[in-house]
Amino acid sequence: MTFEHFSIGVGVALLLLMIPAMCRIVMGPTTMDRIVGANMVGTKTTVLLVIIGVIFGKVDMFIDFALTYALLNFTGAIAAARYLRHKGRRGIVLASTSEESVCERA
Amino acid sequence: MVISFLSALLILAGLVFFLGAGVGILRFPDFFSRMHAAGKGDTLSTLLIIAGFALYQMRDLGDSEASVSAVLVALKMLVIIAFLYIASATSTSALAEAGWEDGNDPVIAPKHENRLAGPPESRTAAADLNRNSTHDSQP
Repeated sequence: MTFEHFSIGVGVALLLLMIPAMCRIVMGPTTMDRIVGANMVGTKTTVLLVIIGVIFGKVDMFIDFALTYALLNFTGAIAAARYLRHKGRRGIVLASTSEESVCERA
Repeated sequence: MVISFLSALLILAGLVFFLGAGVGILRFPDFFSRMHAAGKGDTLSTLLIIAGFALYQMRDLGDSEASVSAVLVALKMLVIIAFLYIASATSTSALAEAGWEDGNDPVIAPKHENRLAGPPESRTAAADLNRNSTHDSQP
C-alpha cells in the first residue's frame, strides 16, 4: 500500500467524519450552531485540499489553495461573529454584575 | 520508511481527534459545549493531519535535487499550521462571545445557578429566564 492509497483513505474518512458537522448545520437550533458547523467543515476542507495535492502529486500548487481557503474561512467566521453579536442582548457584557443587565434581558 | 510510518501515525491521531470533535458537536446539549468540542478537537486534528503530511514531504531530504521544493512545501504547511493555531482559537472566542450576545444560554443543572446572569438578589429572575430560554435544547 503506497502513501497515495493511504491518502485517499484518509480523505474518505475525513469526508465521512464531516457528516456530524453537516448534521449540526442542518438541524442546529440557533444560527450560531450552524456557523460553528460551517467553520468546522471549512477547516477540514483546508486539510482535504492538502490531501488532494498529495494524491495528484501537485502539493506545491494545492498548498496555496489550502492557505487561501484557511484565510477565507477565518475571515468568514469573524464577519459572521461581528454581524450577529449586536442582535440580541445589546450592551450586556459577559459576567456582568450590574442591575440593569437582568432587566434588559427580560 | 520510518518517516512514512510516523506521518501515518500523526494522521491517524488527527482522525481520532476529529472523530471526538464530531461526536461532541453532535451530542453536546448547548451551544457553548458544542463550541468547546468544535474549537479544541477541530484545531488539534487539523494541526496533526497537516503536520503528518508535512513530515511526509520531508521524507527524501537527502536527495539534492527535489529537496528545495519539498522543504518549501513543508514550510508552507507549517505556515498553515501556525495560522490555524492562532485563527481557530480567535474565531472560536469571537463566535462564543457573539453567541452569548445573540441570546444563547448555557444549560445549567437545577441545583446550580446561573452566576453570569446578574447580582445575587436578582438571580431568581435570571434563573426563570434561563429555564424559559433553554427548554428547546434539552431532551
